[in-house]
Amino acid sequence: MNWLTNYVRPKIRALVEKNDVPDNLWHQCPSCEQMIFHRELEASLRVCGHCGHHMRLPAKERLELLFDDGEYQTVELPKLTADPLKFRDRKRYTDRLKESRASTGEEDAMIVAHGEMGGRNVVVAIMNFAFMGGSMGLALGKALLTAARLAVLQEAPLICFTSSGGARMQEGILSLMQMPRTIIAVDEVKEAHLPYITVLTDPTTGGVTASFAMLGDIAIAEPGAVIGFAGARVIEETIREKLPEGFQRAEYLLEHGMIDRVVHRRQLRDELIRISNLLLESRAAADVVPLISDSSKKNKKNPETPEASNDKESGSEERPAAE
Amino acid sequence: MTTFLEFEKPVAELEGKMEELRHMSDIGDIKIADELSKLQGRIDRSLTQIYAKLSPWQTVMVARHPDRPHCIDYISSLIDEFTPLAGDRVFAEDAAILGGLGRFRGRSVVVIGQEKGNDTETRVKHNFGMARPEGYRKAQRLMNLAEQFSLPIITLVDTPGAYPGIGAEERGQAEAIARSIEVCLDLHVPMVSVVIGEGGSGGAIAIAAANRVLMMQHSVYSVISPEGCASILWRSADHAEEAADALKLTAEDLLRLGVIDAIIPEPLGAAHRDRDDTIKRVGDGIEEALKEIDGMDGAALRTQRRERFITLGNDALSS
Ligand SMILES: [Zn+2]
Repeated sequence: MNWLTNYVRPKIRALVEKNDVPDNLWHQCPSCEQMIFHRELEASLRVCGHCGHHMRLPAKERLELLFDDGEYQTVELPKLTADPLKFRDRKRYTDRLKESRASTGEEDAMIVAHGEMGGRNVVVAIMNFAFMGGSMGLALGKALLTAARLAVLQEAPLICFTSSGGARMQEGILSLMQMPRTIIAVDEVKEAHLPYITVLTDPTTGGVTASFAMLGDIAIAEPGAVIGFAGARVIEETIREKLPEGFQRAEYLLEHGMIDRVVHRRQLRDELIRISNLLLESRAAADVVPLISDSSKKNKKNPETPEASNDKESGSEERPAAE
Repeated sequence: MTTFLEFEKPVAELEGKMEELRHMSDIGDIKIADELSKLQGRIDRSLTQIYAKLSPWQTVMVARHPDRPHCIDYISSLIDEFTPLAGDRVFAEDAAILGGLGRFRGRSVVVIGQEKGNDTETRVKHNFGMARPEGYRKAQRLMNLAEQFSLPIITLVDTPGAYPGIGAEERGQAEAIARSIEVCLDLHVPMVSVVIGEGGSGGAIAIAAANRVLMMQHSVYSVISPEGCASILWRSADHAEEAADALKLTAEDLLRLGVIDAIIPEPLGAAHRDRDDTIKRVGDGIEEALKEIDGMDGAALRTQRRERFITLGNDALSS
């Protein structure tokens, strides 16, 4: 037995490792199937250098790319503490939650962050597809509401990155009720005449698309992202026809008038800065001759984010430089 | 011709016997009339028993019952001077959603609802109650009309869901639903919604973000159909019954969860056994709900509607 352990096992391991090593260092593009070296992939923001395919990017990596010097603060969000339906399919909902929390290190499918982007304070609500398919439940509804109210307090644009399979079935009707709730959230930003910009990433479907995702003042999508209401399989089963080429892809939606722009990941940050600057120019001018008294404005600042009051002044000074 | 559901078998047998008896004349001491009334008593007891402990899945079957009164039936009985209004002014008329002006118990209103149809021809015409973007855009237009002329809005929800099709996606099904919810939430007029049959997901909430939301006793309202849920979470639609249990989609569940305000009781053996009585009960439910919000001004109505969705389910979250 000894020779087997000492001789054969390492040999077997070497054989296995031969396959293992490239798996870690090399990634295959799911679109063109070319092999991409991992460093190249990181440098290219997980966009295939051969075919331009935009692979899914973890939420935290996106946040780093977005904010000035990759610096931002996340907002503490209310957590789901009860399982309101006591939902159980093949697994308990509480167990699925635990697993997702352990594997992602996140509490739920949305992270809310704020910081400077091009010298301007912005609030970012970003969905994490890795957390139960980016599904929308009570915690996510509350997270977006928190993000929206923070944006209003800080007089900052709200930028929302979507990626979701839709509503969280395990929360049943309560997940459906997040559609009106998230719509109210983004409407509060709109009522304050602040930009609500959506960046639709792969995939954005179901109840998320049919609520806050499709209501951006400006709707941007990443190339090739699947964006739709009904799933492709459901549509095929209903109409019993083959779906057209490129159906529900970002470019297809652009062609059908459903979004404003399809933007390459590398240009995204500049694009968001430019759009925010252009949209907020008249607001910045109004700030010079304040329509509201300064004292009332100061009272509106969020006590949790003292830097917000500084951002206002420094932000408006830096704006021309950023352009 | 009555359609019996699987679990109504005992009732079907008794009704079959009654039908036989009706064609017979008295035999000696046995009086047919007495026998008939005895049988009717047994039918009523059987219905009471069956309907007292319907499972969620059985409730789904009742909510989808083909003989159940539909939107069109409620409109024709409850709305005088009904004046249907058509089209989204963008692309088409969508008969999956009916809507128009009319008078509800003396008062001018806008009424909107999904219609499933009741035979092959009308089911095709109304697309089984599955609206395309045009339907939701028509609903938006009618809600804005109500806002413009300060008229209360009544919506009747009965849909398996929004239509999943190529054209529907191309013309922005998701945007149409989102915008329709947004319009509901921005209204300064009273809005009452009643789930009369199937409240199917986004297609339902699109016209049901209201001040008062009512459900009929044997209607259902869910984020996904039990079949759809089963095929995703159990990987087989065969588990629809378990999914129906897990989803908590009955009127009682939704009242407990705070999603709806009241349940409209149905007659013995559900809505399809006494349509006139059912329709009257729904009318009474709507009238009462409208009365509750009558004194509120526009801003208060808008705030109340938004607050209900902002606070709903908050107790399951840490503060
Ligand atoms: Zn590629």
